[in-house]
Amino acid sequence: MTTSTPTRPEDLDPMTPAVGTRRKLPRYGGVGLYVAGLVVAGLLTLLSGFSWGLFAVYGVVLGCLVTYVGSRVVEGSRKATDRLVTSLVTSAFAIAMVPLVSLIYTVVSKGITRLDGTFFSNSMVGVVGEGGGAYHAIMGTLIITALASLISVPVGLLAAIYLVEYGRGKLKKALTFFVDVMTGIPSIVAGLFAYALFAIFFGPGVRFGLGGAVALSVLMIPVVVRSAEEVLKLVPNELREASYALGVPKWRTITKVVLPTAIAGLGTGVTLSIARVIGETAPLLVIVGITAATNFDPFDGRMATLPVYAYYQLTQPGVPPQFGIDRAWTAALVLIIIVMALNVVARLISRFFAPKTGR
Amino acid sequence: MAKRIDVSDLDIFYGNFKAVEGVNVSIEPRSVTALIGPSGCGKSTFLRSLNRMHEVIPGARVEGKVVIDGQDLYGSDVDPVDVRRQIGMVFQRPNPFPTMSIYDNVVAGVRLNAKKMKKSDLDDLVESSLKGANLWNEVKDRLNRPGSGLSGGQQQRLCIARAIAVQPEVLLMDEPCSALDPISTLAIEDLMTELKDRFTIVIVTHNMQQAARVSEQTGFFNLNGVGQPGRLIEFNPTEKIFSNPDQKATEDYISGRFG
Repeated sequence: MTTSTPTRPEDLDPMTPAVGTRRKLPRYGGVGLYVAGLVVAGLLTLLSGFSWGLFAVYGVVLGCLVTYVGSRVVEGSRKATDRLVTSLVTSAFAIAMVPLVSLIYTVVSKGITRLDGTFFSNSMVGVVGEGGGAYHAIMGTLIITALASLISVPVGLLAAIYLVEYGRGKLKKALTFFVDVMTGIPSIVAGLFAYALFAIFFGPGVRFGLGGAVALSVLMIPVVVRSAEEVLKLVPNELREASYALGVPKWRTITKVVLPTAIAGLGTGVTLSIARVIGETAPLLVIVGITAATNFDPFDGRMATLPVYAYYQLTQPGVPPQFGIDRAWTAALVLIIIVMALNVVARLISRFFAPKTGR
Repeated sequence: MAKRIDVSDLDIFYGNFKAVEGVNVSIEPRSVTALIGPSGCGKSTFLRSLNRMHEVIPGARVEGKVVIDGQDLYGSDVDPVDVRRQIGMVFQRPNPFPTMSIYDNVVAGVRLNAKKMKKSDLDDLVESSLKGANLWNEVKDRLNRPGSGLSGGQQQRLCIARAIAVQPEVLLMDEPCSALDPISTLAIEDLMTELKDRFTIVIVTHNMQQAARVSEQTGFFNLNGVGQPGRLIEFNPTEKIFSNPDQKATEDYISGRFG
């Protein structure tokens, strides 16, 4: 039964032609087939009154189907499966991009009308209809987020250093577990926590900026700890050992070797954690409240913040409502711009502070 | 500078696992002592216990005595940080600090220990250390470039320069050439021969020719089986180990008849 002749692929499948003679679709054939599928889907949807949702469903199904069948007829089943998977993945990516692009388009198109000097220089004092701005809310957001960072970054970094460099055994495991739990804590819970905490001291109905910073810290600390922990773990153990072997004490090894090596990642993590909390609404609604006037003092009285400002401008826009709604969109746009700027800053940090190879 | 190390009845543990058992050995000053043996037999563990780097690993501990200059390194009043200032170490993989320049890498031992030195003294220290490590001519024009931009062999010599810049009494080397090409290896072997005038050198190597080339004394570590502690089977002058060893196991290992 057995022969000594080695089995070649050609022997297994006589239909498979030799290398180089395989029939192929033209260069953009796959894309062409998919587009053909989309066109058919568009025509189908037109028959029953056009709608984007129906078009998307038909388009993906037909596009994938046409690509698969076309490729199968010309190129064979292996190539066809490859093209099918490629079209599925690409379709999924396109669908995932739709809400993002549409969100940015909506916010920009609706927010751009009030993105003017008045918006950045005026508060809402005495404004009923037209005009008014978010100067007080922007300052409030910046102050409260800065305070939250001031609390969270040292605590979070030191906690991460503890977990990576000092912690061991059950305590470390328990702490890591609770940090993970904390990252998933609903933001309203943080707000209620801060409210309950400060209500003990200042009585019910307390509203002030620092309380908001504390609530944001509850949300921010776990994010800082997690990101810093991952980055510190990436610092090779050899560097710590090299430092110990030079007779350097542990705390100096951490401050002079480990932290400088990880500084890029730490900066990125901190920046992203700030971006994560700067748009939080619920806790600030509970503990900071809203005001029409500018308040720079986070220790006393209500402050306005951008997310809460947007919420109130939308839900209580006044008469006529259009001006309030416009201000809400612009506040949302400013928030998105701030978050984008923070992300850019994070990228710049990781580029400029990364250890250089210098070749 | 160089000092003698006396090790008696040393047992080394990782948690409950006994990795090395009953080492008695006396390491001569101003000489190169090589440690050879199969993988996992405890050579590196033993080497790391000589400057208390072993206990950096959680759960690791040592029983027995390591006496240098009349002082037991594991005495209750001895600070491991002080021990490591006297006994430097070079690792298997070159590990210059990636955030520092070549200059800063060499003076890292001084800077990180917050010793105050004048700029001119630091310059002299960098020059003498890099010359001591045979690296000066290659890097003298780019001392401010990052240390990680050097080749592997240069990085390893930079690490040696960094170790000798703190002027230790003893230099421990854990397979310093295993990641290097033959030319860099030769450079480092030459360097060891020069350095032994000033330091006591202990080197772990898998390369028996290297042990034969550079060392005066050689110790052979072995273990009876998986899960058993490693032992120092034989410790003798290098010539004797490689020509007429006392133990059968040593001869088997050296002649390649092992296992």
